[in-house]
Amino acid sequence: MGTSLAFHYIFAAIGVGFPILLVIVEGLWLRTGDPQYYRLARTWSRVMLLLFAIGAVSGTTLSFELGLLWPEFMRHAGAVIGVPFSAEGFAFFIEAIFVGIYLYGWDRLSPRAHWLCSIPIAVSGALSAAFVTAVNAWMNTPSGFRNAGGTAVDIDPLAAVFNKAMPTEVLHTTLSAYVFASFATAAVYAVTLLREPANRYAAAGLRVAMLVGACAIPLQLIAGDVSARFDAHEEPIKLAAMEGQFATEAPAALTVGGIPDARTHETRYAIRIPYLLSILAFENPHAEVRGLDAFPAADEPNPLPVHLCFDAMVGCGSLLLLIGGWWAFVTRLGARLPGTWLKRALVAGGGLAFVAMEAGWMVTEEGRQPWIATGFLRTSDAVTTAPGLDVAFYGFTILYLFLAATLAWLLLRIRTDDAAQPPAGAVARAH
Amino acid sequence: MFGISYEALVAVVAVAAIALYAIFGGADFGGGVWDVLASGPRRAQQQEIIGHAIGPVWETNHVWLIFMIVLLFTCFPPAFAELSIGLYVPLSLVLVGIILRGAAYAFRSQAYRAARLSQFWGHVFGIASIVSPFFFGACVGGLTVGSFAWTSPFALAVGALAVAVCAQVAAVFLTCEVRGPVRQDFRARGMLATLVLAALGALALGVAAATAPDVFAALRKPQSLPGIGTAMLLGFVVIGCLWFRRYNFARIAVSAETIAILVGWYASQAPYLIPGRLTFQQAAAPHETLRAFLLLAACGSALLVPSLWLLFRVFKSEPLEFVEHRGG
Repeated sequence: MGTSLAFHYIFAAIGVGFPILLVIVEGLWLRTGDPQYYRLARTWSRVMLLLFAIGAVSGTTLSFELGLLWPEFMRHAGAVIGVPFSAEGFAFFIEAIFVGIYLYGWDRLSPRAHWLCSIPIAVSGALSAAFVTAVNAWMNTPSGFRNAGGTAVDIDPLAAVFNKAMPTEVLHTTLSAYVFASFATAAVYAVTLLREPANRYAAAGLRVAMLVGACAIPLQLIAGDVSARFDAHEEPIKLAAMEGQFATEAPAALTVGGIPDARTHETRYAIRIPYLLSILAFENPHAEVRGLDAFPAADEPNPLPVHLCFDAMVGCGSLLLLIGGWWAFVTRLGARLPGTWLKRALVAGGGLAFVAMEAGWMVTEEGRQPWIATGFLRTSDAVTTAPGLDVAFYGFTILYLFLAATLAWLLLRIRTDDAAQPPAGAVARAH
Repeated sequence: MFGISYEALVAVVAVAAIALYAIFGGADFGGGVWDVLASGPRRAQQQEIIGHAIGPVWETNHVWLIFMIVLLFTCFPPAFAELSIGLYVPLSLVLVGIILRGAAYAFRSQAYRAARLSQFWGHVFGIASIVSPFFFGACVGGLTVGSFAWTSPFALAVGALAVAVCAQVAAVFLTCEVRGPVRQDFRARGMLATLVLAALGALALGVAAATAPDVFAALRKPQSLPGIGTAMLLGFVVIGCLWFRRYNFARIAVSAETIAILVGWYASQAPYLIPGRLTFQQAAAPHETLRAFLLLAACGSALLVPSLWLLFRVFKSEPLEFVEHRGG
């Protein structure tokens, strides 16, 4: 499940974030008639065809795996959180329909009608991300039912959707999709521009991607800060694990880096900045921050992966903010061409965005352990009792690696393809 | 609500979703079957038209499956858990088939200039298109027999039946996609598939009579007969429509036939969701959940139906003239 989710997350993020780039680039083509934008839109729709197909099958896999791997979780939680899943189903339905129309409808619709079809893709993509994240938020802060000895009774599906963690987590996760899709796209064109500095086509692609990226990244840091403060109030164990904080302190110092050791109850080799954690968590330099030692050991996650992933996410996110700001300032929001070092930074930005996204997902999942739904159901009680789990696990992992390799190879071909020849009819249609 | 229970309403939605998946997803899988079985002088054209027909709609067609699963775990959570554990192996095989098939289709379409790679993924696409519906059918058969015996003779017969349904639906749908001699190829295939389906249906009944007397008795219940009888009758109608070249009527008849098969099966199962273990009533989630789900389904459908109409209008209104399309 972990492999499937990590794999699916990449494609889901692109399915959510990439359409907005298509909306912009095809809109720019309609407005300006510049064939570069048309070429970009055609190329991106080929990329989208591949990525959306893999995203759709990996999403189907996940809906099966919920049952194949977590039957007991679904038995207990299905009635409570099925409704947002169903809503996600409808959003995905709409997305799939318009993706079909968009990708195959280039020659069947007028340019304006075709462009209009890209908008429902972006909207339903964002909605389906929101609904799915609402389910994950429910796992963090379950609500909308009464726990009667391990069985959910008095179910209120609406209250389950609008659980406490929902607003912050939905915002943070949806933005992560925009950040990843835009920085990853920008990185691809930055590579091309490093090789061919005068390539106007790559420059246009970079500009559109970074316009979205430079808007999304500051919002994402704010959303991240809001999420961390939410955790301080509502999920103190997770915050303690994220920060590698064992002792309860007032005032509390911020622990940067280091290796949390669950046996000795200390985080070694870390930089500690006095007062900062109290300020960040409670806006008060003398506020008390509870450490892991304040909670029963049976309810604690392993702080090692949680803390390291959290620092990786924050570190990468901060670097992305710097790169985004650097790009916006130096190129005047894309009006000028970026210099060599900025291009190199943008290439790195693609990798940073990927690490930040996957690390962030690890934080929320590992930080919730040992629970699958906090205070309601433990992960060990939710897993399937069917035999042969490890065979399936290795089988699916190999299958996914194989698919990822083929996909990467084909995507590289698309890039060299369009550098070699402009798509037929592009110029004719622009006039 | 109007004397109908929420459970019954949700069960109707569920059967409708299964039927829509059987028709559209089935046509999709069946396209892959005919891709493997493409033959004769127009082999390449047959494959091209299959790719052309599936392209814009295959992802949408498979969302019906996601919808079915979501419906099952939202509205009948204990049944979902039991099915997932009991049918773990065949469902995993279905899943591998679906993953490979979707990936293969996308890879093949984008690898057109790497002939060998394209060919490899073409084979994967075809084989996965047969494997997935077969194990799906085996799951349904195993569920019907009880104790999830998906390797029992009856379950395997249902698996073969499922592949035949897909092939039949696809061949009939493909006659509406193209004019000229390729259409005649699919017309012949549609009639052939209907005969094979009839034979496999008879075989499945025979196997049920020999090895699973409970299932055979359930299929002869008065409430099962209308569905099964209608399906048999519509099989003849499909052959008749194809014979007289009424392709649009054939499309309607084959869809109705698929629905009739499923209604017959549902009637033979009712009131049980898992025979002998769980009825729909017992497996159902609390009313609050069912009500929220039905409300959501109503609102969602209000968006879904016009979107689907647009999709099919854009891509399925005119059969292709093959002469123009012969690119390379």
